[in-house]
Amino acid sequence: MFIPNTLKDREEMLKTIGVSSIKDLLRQVPGKYLYPAFDLPETSLDEQQTARRMKTLAAGNPPILSFLGAGAYERYIPAAVKALISRGEYLTAYTPYQAEASQGLLQTIYEYQSSVCALYAMDCANASMYDGASAFGEAVRAAARVTGRKKVLCQETLNPQYLRTLKTYFANSEEYRFVTVPHKDGLLDAEKLAGLLGADTACLAFQTPNFFGLPEDAPKLSELAHKAGALVVAAADPASLGLFTPPGEYGADFAVGEGQSLGLSLSYGGPYLGVFTCKKEYVRQMPGRIAGMTRDKDGRRGFVLTLQAREQHIRRDKAASNICSNEALCALSATIYLALLGPEGLKELGLANARAAAFAAERLAAVKGAALLFKAPFFNEFVLQVKSDATSLREKILAKERIDIGLPLKNFYQGLGPGALLVCATETKTEEDILRLQKALKENI
Amino acid sequence: MTADIIKPDNRLSIEKSVPGRRAVKFKNILRAKETLPPYLARKNAPKLPELSEFDVVRHYTKLSKLNFSVDTHFYPLGSCTMKYNPRINEEAAALEGFANLHPLAHDNASQGTLEMLYDLERMLCALCGMDAFTLQPAAGAHSEFTGLLTAKAHFERLGQTGRTEIICPDSAHGTNPATAAMLGFTAVNIKSGPDGRVDPAGLKARLSGKTAVLMLTVPNTLGIFESRIEEITEAAHKAGALVYLDGANFNALIGLIKPGDLGVDIMHLNMHKTFSTPHGGGGPGAGAIGVRKHLEKFLPVPRVIKDGGAYKTDCARPCSIGKVKAFFGNTGVLTRAYAWLLMHSKKELEAVAENAILNANYIKSRLEAVYPAHSGERCMHECVLTPPAELTARGLKTLDIAKRLLDYGFHAPTIYFPLIVHEAIMIEPTETESKETMDSFVETMLKINDEGAADPQLLKDAPHTMPVKRLDEVQAARQPNLRW
Repeated sequence: MFIPNTLKDREEMLKTIGVSSIKDLLRQVPGKYLYPAFDLPETSLDEQQTARRMKTLAAGNPPILSFLGAGAYERYIPAAVKALISRGEYLTAYTPYQAEASQGLLQTIYEYQSSVCALYAMDCANASMYDGASAFGEAVRAAARVTGRKKVLCQETLNPQYLRTLKTYFANSEEYRFVTVPHKDGLLDAEKLAGLLGADTACLAFQTPNFFGLPEDAPKLSELAHKAGALVVAAADPASLGLFTPPGEYGADFAVGEGQSLGLSLSYGGPYLGVFTCKKEYVRQMPGRIAGMTRDKDGRRGFVLTLQAREQHIRRDKAASNICSNEALCALSATIYLALLGPEGLKELGLANARAAAFAAERLAAVKGAALLFKAPFFNEFVLQVKSDATSLREKILAKERIDIGLPLKNFYQGLGPGALLVCATETKTEEDILRLQKALKENI
Repeated sequence: MTADIIKPDNRLSIEKSVPGRRAVKFKNILRAKETLPPYLARKNAPKLPELSEFDVVRHYTKLSKLNFSVDTHFYPLGSCTMKYNPRINEEAAALEGFANLHPLAHDNASQGTLEMLYDLERMLCALCGMDAFTLQPAAGAHSEFTGLLTAKAHFERLGQTGRTEIICPDSAHGTNPATAAMLGFTAVNIKSGPDGRVDPAGLKARLSGKTAVLMLTVPNTLGIFESRIEEITEAAHKAGALVYLDGANFNALIGLIKPGDLGVDIMHLNMHKTFSTPHGGGGPGAGAIGVRKHLEKFLPVPRVIKDGGAYKTDCARPCSIGKVKAFFGNTGVLTRAYAWLLMHSKKELEAVAENAILNANYIKSRLEAVYPAHSGERCMHECVLTPPAELTARGLKTLDIAKRLLDYGFHAPTIYFPLIVHEAIMIEPTETESKETMDSFVETMLKINDEGAADPQLLKDAPHTMPVKRLDEVQAARQPNLRW
């Protein structure tokens, strides 16, 4: 209970209002709707009991050694990130509608936009979106708006969760066509792409590294798409960008990503962070909040929310998107995370991931009955083909060893067969962790 | 101290950068064969700041001090429900079992979270009188998106594809018509009556075989209950339309009124409002969509179900609209909301709405003699006032009053919304503010009226005590400077 009013306060306030009870304030509500029966507990827990109940529930998710990735990644979160974002001045503020009283937040948003632009080598970024998939959906919508075209080419190896979200973002409409470009040995088949691109193509939308963990030859794909007059929407894992060519350098028109990698906990799917960036000619197509630098009356530097004429509270049904909130606190985590890593740290992060996965791949491929499915280079996850059914193997090892060996792919890619498993190793995995996985696989395969 | 020392330091992190300075390092680099293709290697390092950990901590701690927040200031932002955010919520969400759970974790390894989600859905059903809830939407607008998509799927299944219109009152939040348009519907605006309510006769004239959904915010954005709700929902249903309740203002209803009783088919809740989760400077929030039984099959996948003693995620839903985000909802936010609900019995929930309503009426009755209220009626959880005639006669606007409030340590109310009230000042104190705080706010508002009458320029130049004076928004939009 967090209500400070005492009985005496209530009485005084009612008296000031000039009524004798709360019910007198509710005359506008037809009486039959008021104070209905609720199937809710008659008693509540105190703080200590609540803490205990929450701890018991949390213990229902036992600690396991997990090699899951597939769009959400186990990361080390520096203590300074957690400490700073739990400051009440950030945690309990809201959208900076009163700029003069929100300069700290607005500056952090400006720094966020700058940091992700630098990371993706793009011109502009918004103040963030819900997650990578919704940012991807909004970017493809923007590409369709800009070009007025109705065909969207997606790679077959796009994260299936992104593809489903994308279709939802187009209201599952049949007016738009989503055409899948098949992969060849795990990578987007450029020849097939060339055949599918045409004057009706709004954009090529792809992710890199792709769902199988393989970095695409993005510069080549981008060139092919642009030649056909299509835009390029690229989703890139920000943790990979210390190592790989950033989307801006291969001419992506919109570049998005899942910012969970930048200092956010996994938390069973959210809150995450949709990174959304674009070329400057599309700045007015961006959904969501944008902060900008300006001057105050005395010429002093300051920050405001800007370009609001795109947004729902001004344009209503003519707005670029319905989005109202952003993920400001998550964006702040990312900003602080990137400031702590700096360019060198980011490179190290990329390297730590690539090496952990490479080490894991070497070890697992050495297990009899297991082999890498694709030959192409990968970043921090790869597809392992096991001779048995990956789903039951996963369950067996989870129960016996408390290790989650990765995501079986048969529900997403039936063509790969029941043995395909997506295994991820990030900077959090040590040599011992990976050897434990190898041993478990060897004994149970 | 010289003025320079007390001047806030508004340098950007990049302007504090020193080449070679480091904070976080990664030393666990395993030995394995390099496999990365050299032609994809990044050549230009990103322009990120190079700082020590201490630099970073000081920089962001200092910036935090330039912010108003619920923790530090009264924040009566109408329609946003800026209530106290209990710290136990934060502790609960940070528990390793919750925070470290991967969204694709096996159900057998996620029983704690699944039980929590299942239980939370059940509690929301009871609270709202709805048959099923999904907790997947990431925010309020995202809930509207999910809800209208559910309605679209429903009508498509019925073969009623001619239902292309969504009716929204002119007092609605901008997200309502924006969501309708995003999903390919036509937003039809209906004019509110003089009391801010939907006029049932006007509504009936717009309802037709083309109407898919009537979206209503209850209480509406003027803080007024739709007294003729029964007539309204009946008319919508008679026309074959669904009724959607925008639960942005649910803080006025919680424990007092069940939306299901009002004839609502689809509704949303904002966890970051009524259920006390922090607003985070603009997010993350979390949404929830409640529906009647016949619409449940359209909700996004996965659904959390109970099968004997175990909880499971169920994706085998052929009628589902699909996914609205990559993974399950903003579970970290939902965990906080659940902790808050555990601490409230039925009676205590009722007290939330009662005190929210009491507080809003208290502020209204103390101010309306000077700041005319849009409506002479009692309000629910928020009230909409307008500037004193004495001030408008001197060329002062709502904006000037809002800016002057900042000087006194009060965050301004929501201003210029709802759009149907000229120079609106929308005040929502919530149930967690004390009488002393509200008294102090009221006295300040009255003082600002006196100040404006005596010296209008004082208000026009406000704020005087913030880190910056009024900012040039026109320049910001004309020559956008959006990054370093």
